Amino acid sequence: MVKPSKQIIRPYGDRRDDGMVQLSFTLPVPLSEKAKEAAAQFTKKMGFTDVKVAAAERAADQYTFFVVYARSAVSLDYAEIDVPEVVVRKMGFNDLNALIKEKVGRRIVVFGACTGTDTHTVGIDAILNMKGYAGDYGLERYPGFEAFNLGSQVPNEDLIKRSMAKQADAILVSQVVTQRDVHKDNSRQFIDAAKAAGIHGKTLLLLGGPRVDHKLALELGFDAGFGAGTKPSDVANYIVHAVLKKEGKESQDSHYQGEPT
Amino acid sequence: MSGPFIDDARIAEARKLADEIVNPIFDLIQHNTTVSNERTVLRFFGLSGAGTRGVPLANLMVDKLKAAGVLNRGAAYWYGRALQLGAKSPLEAVERLTALPADKMGVLSPEMEANLRDEVRSEARAAMAELKSRIAQRNALREQFPMSPAPHKYVIVATGNIYDDVDQARAAAQAGADVIAVIRSTAQSLLDYVPHGATTEGYGGTYATQENFRVMREALDDESRKLKRYIQLTNYSSGLCMSEIAFCAAYERLDMLLNDAMYGILFRDINMRRTFIDQYFSRRICALAGIIINTGEDNYITTADAYDAAHTVIASQFINECFAKRAGLKDWQLGIGHSYEIDPYRDDTLLLELSQAMLVRRCFPDAPLKYMPPTKHKETDIFFSHAYDVMADLVAIWTRQGIQLLGMMTEAMHTPLLADRYVALKSASYIHRAARGIDEEFTVREDGKIANRAREVFANAEQLLRECHAEGMVAAIGKGRFGDVKREETGGKGLDGVLPKAPDYFNPFLEMLEAS
Repeated sequence: MVKPSKQIIRPYGDRRDDGMVQLSFTLPVPLSEKAKEAAAQFTKKMGFTDVKVAAAERAADQYTFFVVYARSAVSLDYAEIDVPEVVVRKMGFNDLNALIKEKVGRRIVVFGACTGTDTHTVGIDAILNMKGYAGDYGLERYPGFEAFNLGSQVPNEDLIKRSMAKQADAILVSQVVTQRDVHKDNSRQFIDAAKAAGIHGKTLLLLGGPRVDHKLALELGFDAGFGAGTKPSDVANYIVHAVLKKEGKESQDSHYQGEPT
Repeated sequence: MSGPFIDDARIAEARKLADEIVNPIFDLIQHNTTVSNERTVLRFFGLSGAGTRGVPLANLMVDKLKAAGVLNRGAAYWYGRALQLGAKSPLEAVERLTALPADKMGVLSPEMEANLRDEVRSEARAAMAELKSRIAQRNALREQFPMSPAPHKYVIVATGNIYDDVDQARAAAQAGADVIAVIRSTAQSLLDYVPHGATTEGYGGTYATQENFRVMREALDDESRKLKRYIQLTNYSSGLCMSEIAFCAAYERLDMLLNDAMYGILFRDINMRRTFIDQYFSRRICALAGIIINTGEDNYITTADAYDAAHTVIASQFINECFAKRAGLKDWQLGIGHSYEIDPYRDDTLLLELSQAMLVRRCFPDAPLKYMPPTKHKETDIFFSHAYDVMADLVAIWTRQGIQLLGMMTEAMHTPLLADRYVALKSASYIHRAARGIDEEFTVREDGKIANRAREVFANAEQLLRECHAEGMVAAIGKGRFGDVKREETGGKGLDGVLPKAPDYFNPFLEMLEAS
């Protein structure tokens, strides 16, 4: 593989490579000239130059809120950055259903739930429910999918058991609450349970949530991860191609890119 | 002005339909009790402690009575029996009762039964007098330091540690907050007990415990005196312990509670019968304690679409109001919930949101109303998110909301940082100051988009109420009429905690609350 050439970048504000950054933070001291100077020094200590404390406001008796603009001399080579991304050529609703009918030849069974103690169904609902999200239909609406949304606070084991009873092709785990990394603990527990049930490596296991990305999902043992802004059609496309690959109907290294045509 | 839009007669008819819809539920409420209601009775008697491994004494005693098959006579009755056995304190009462063999739990002579009830009633009157004196203390402080004019700016704290919550709450009050809500730890609603003591570990929030209530109210009393402005405190009377939380909150002088007749059923899959019975006792306590309830209709349009399901909010509000009025709550205590949740990428959303908020104001002119900010369509672009919240601020002042939960620009990311609250309070104060009285300057045209949309939503709400009236409340919930969520009467959590009252069931507190 040819190594891509260097691509040096810096933050961009008004003029290219000016390194302009906006920061806001709170210091646990009352508002004063000294507090403003503390904010400026704190910003300089982070390596910024041309520090401008744009706003210093009394957020409470003992707290001051700052908005600071500063420049950074740091730059990096964008070409060196390696982030695995779920890249599939997106097909529209009708084309994808047609592809399932033609190549898979049956409905793809998908189970989803917000597992553990998490009560927030907003993510799983957006992906699975008929209605969908941002004008993008949920999986329930696709004739090519048979989707089951089990809702919130579902024990990981229950989700796995019910998925296995229907021979699910894919399981979606949604994690919204992330305080003290509870989403990671629960996700690890899901993977342990999937291994114990013997479906790890067989059934597609997908993790979703506002603080989830593909890299994190892979680290935790999932097949793919979907973060904030994911549309149901993203998940639908991924699942169809993954199922086709698994069934040997698409080559393992086939790589899809681009927007739906 | 929040229009006429709709004839008074049609609003009165909707109210009448709602009243007839809830009517059959009161048969269920009257003839049944729950483990949580019985634990509440024991808490009234002062049984607030915990035994080994932190199990609340109220749970120990109620579980024992339930296992013995005698809870249907009422925990108050058995508390009386313990007193007759020589118990000198609530703790001793539990010990004596839990040690009592089942064959000693039979009926006493009629005379002894009558004496026992007299004795317990007199203790109950003393307990009620103490509760009332605590509520009077709170009311005196409210009079001494009047609150800011409405909308009362409501912000949440959710650190998981009650002492960190105190720091954040004090800072919020200093920045202009009028109401502090301590968000509960995730899934507390599914615990069939109220955790004990001050807590410093929680997920996505802080456990609601009586001691945590006390710690926070004490800090806010102090802050109210410093700021010469009364700061209100709210928490959650929902889940499997609605009435117990209501008692703890009343005792610790809280000002508001999230309390909805159907929320637990729909959004926490708590059994329908359990919720209906629990909500009644909890609301009786709120009525006595002068606690403002906040209903949860805003949640319907976080699951269902806010535009399509707007009428379900209105229909549910009428139903919630009827449940509340029948539990003795007054109009000023009804923080009827609704929210600014229509997809911001649609056209005309400010008009649509104004229409909905004006319609709610039109239907409930004397209730404070509780207005919730956008959450469902919030973006992690904090600058857009902030602008989006400001529109909700404008609608709140325009439609004279009593209580406004302020949106946080970091809503889609994390529990609010101290500065997030400061920024929200600063801009809400600006909008409220800038636009106060705008409703009196502009009259909404009766033939325009706002009025027509309000009429459309109201007509759909009427239709839904008629359906609920025809098929019954239980069947309506079974068909997913509210929030797109379907629940069965015998499904969900907590049904095993419901039991029919015995003919000689005894609950002196409910007697007093219903008589007052």
